[in-house]
Amino acid sequence: MADVKKIATRESYGNALKELGAEYPNLVVLDADLAAATKTGTFKKAYPERHIDCGIAECNMVGIAAGLSLVGKIPFVSSFAMFAAGRAFEQVRNSVGYPHLNVKIGATHAGITVGEDGASHQCNEDLALMRAIPGMVVMCPSDDIEAKAAVRAAVEYQGPVYIRFGRSAVPVINDRPDYHFEIGKGSVVREGSDVTIVATGICVDSALGAAQKLQEEGISAEVINICTIKPLDEDLIVASAKKTGRVVTVEEHSVIGGLGSAVCDALSAKLPTPVKKLGMQDVFGESGSAAALVAKYGLDAEGVYKSVKEYLG
Amino acid sequence: MNNLELKKHANDVRKGIVTAVHSAKAGHPGGSLSAADMYTFLYFEELNIDPANPGKEDRDRFVLSKGHTAPGLYSALAYRGFFPVEDLTTLRKLGSYLQGHPNLHTPGVDMASGSLGQGISAAVGMALGAKMDNKDFRVYTLLGDGELEEGQVWEASMFAGHRKLDNLVVIVDNNNLQIDGPIDQVCSPYPIDKKFEAFNFHVINIDAHDFDQIRAAFREARATKGQPTCIVMHSLKGKGVSFMENSVDWHGKAPNDEEYAVAMADLEKIEAELEKEEA
Repeated sequence: MADVKKIATRESYGNALKELGAEYPNLVVLDADLAAATKTGTFKKAYPERHIDCGIAECNMVGIAAGLSLVGKIPFVSSFAMFAAGRAFEQVRNSVGYPHLNVKIGATHAGITVGEDGASHQCNEDLALMRAIPGMVVMCPSDDIEAKAAVRAAVEYQGPVYIRFGRSAVPVINDRPDYHFEIGKGSVVREGSDVTIVATGICVDSALGAAQKLQEEGISAEVINICTIKPLDEDLIVASAKKTGRVVTVEEHSVIGGLGSAVCDALSAKLPTPVKKLGMQDVFGESGSAAALVAKYGLDAEGVYKSVKEYLG
Repeated sequence: MNNLELKKHANDVRKGIVTAVHSAKAGHPGGSLSAADMYTFLYFEELNIDPANPGKEDRDRFVLSKGHTAPGLYSALAYRGFFPVEDLTTLRKLGSYLQGHPNLHTPGVDMASGSLGQGISAAVGMALGAKMDNKDFRVYTLLGDGELEEGQVWEASMFAGHRKLDNLVVIVDNNNLQIDGPIDQVCSPYPIDKKFEAFNFHVINIDAHDFDQIRAAFREARATKGQPTCIVMHSLKGKGVSFMENSVDWHGKAPNDEEYAVAMADLEKIEAELEKEEA
């Protein structure tokens, strides 16, 4: 596996913005003193006049983006997930969500793979917060290819969008000729019949690794990649649950309010099915390397494998 | 427009405020009345707007950052012809396009607002967008003096001053009262003018109820280059309705039927005086 290409989705975000900046002259990027980290520095270098550094003031940045969208711009607000979705939650809700403005929020450094900075900067609640806002599209891409596709889809979509990106390099898993991205559509990335593993973001790779290990023991796991948490591809999940009868969700996020909750919401209404939610189990993270943290909280391939096996009894 | 005409429009706007809030049995008359002359001047003289085409691209923008005083904005919009004056009585009622705080479903409203401190940021974004595209429309936003306690106001002001947004006018309605009492007793934002000066604004202090001073201030704002303007307007909360004037009790309360009758009688008296002046 050493030759697998790895890239952090925040890099993909910066690269996609630069590419789209050439096509959309009204695309502007806002930052709060983190352009080097959010990777929007790539866009800034290409289009300095369209990059707006708001200083360390995320709430105001969201409001400025709202105003810019009302005079014809397509603003991308960039910061760490903790500040974009957390600190500025009410601004996103009232100045962007309520008037349903065409503002895109690119939130980097989400989840525990922020690593060494520790719990204060590891946002495991953003999907829950953003999902609760009416009309908000919420996406969490799994790799470079999907991240770039999600950014493009966000530009083409009219309305508020939240996209979650990670700090750490992750393997490219969607590198196939028939790959197609659409907001609201998930995809079966591995077929199986004994259990459905629904994963998002960096956990899709873990789920695939776990499915491989389970296969070696004769357990056939279906893996579904959900990039769009909202609106959720309910039909795809229900169809798979109908086939396997058991569902496990995996996310680098709290098990409260994120992918797991969204899947439970859908299944409880359409096809009541037992669900095991893997993620941060109502705890804060801590400092450590991204790999060590993912292993500690059971979100690497080994951890997912063990949890699924235990769940299936 | 001459001052007498403006005064008559302002008195109509005040009647609309009192009528809307009475009908809604809730709302914020005090801060709507203190800013009624400003709303009137903005919509009847200052702003480049067209009631027949509320979304016209090159219009001046107005963001009511102190969104709880929506009755004042709605009344001015109605009397300016954006929608029927009769609709003011639907304020805050189920199904009405006149929500408790402004949103984009009301003709003539440029931004949803009401969560204090947020409107000014949107106005700054609009002004920045105009600058980026070399468009010459101007952006106005009205804040309450209590609202200045919100940190976001100063984030937005720091940005506007830093970016030298001379197409932006921030107006502060300094009526000195907020829900919990006089602003200088709750958590003083004074000196307001010095604070905005420190954030690189050109600051003008005026009497909020003197149309000559309002007109002169906007003229000065347009002539000011390289920095945004802040107009601190010293106002009387509840202005025009005797029992509401300078009374914190009328920040967010509707008059009952008897009080409504007294309020309307006060305003009709003013109207009669203005008509006498005209004759």
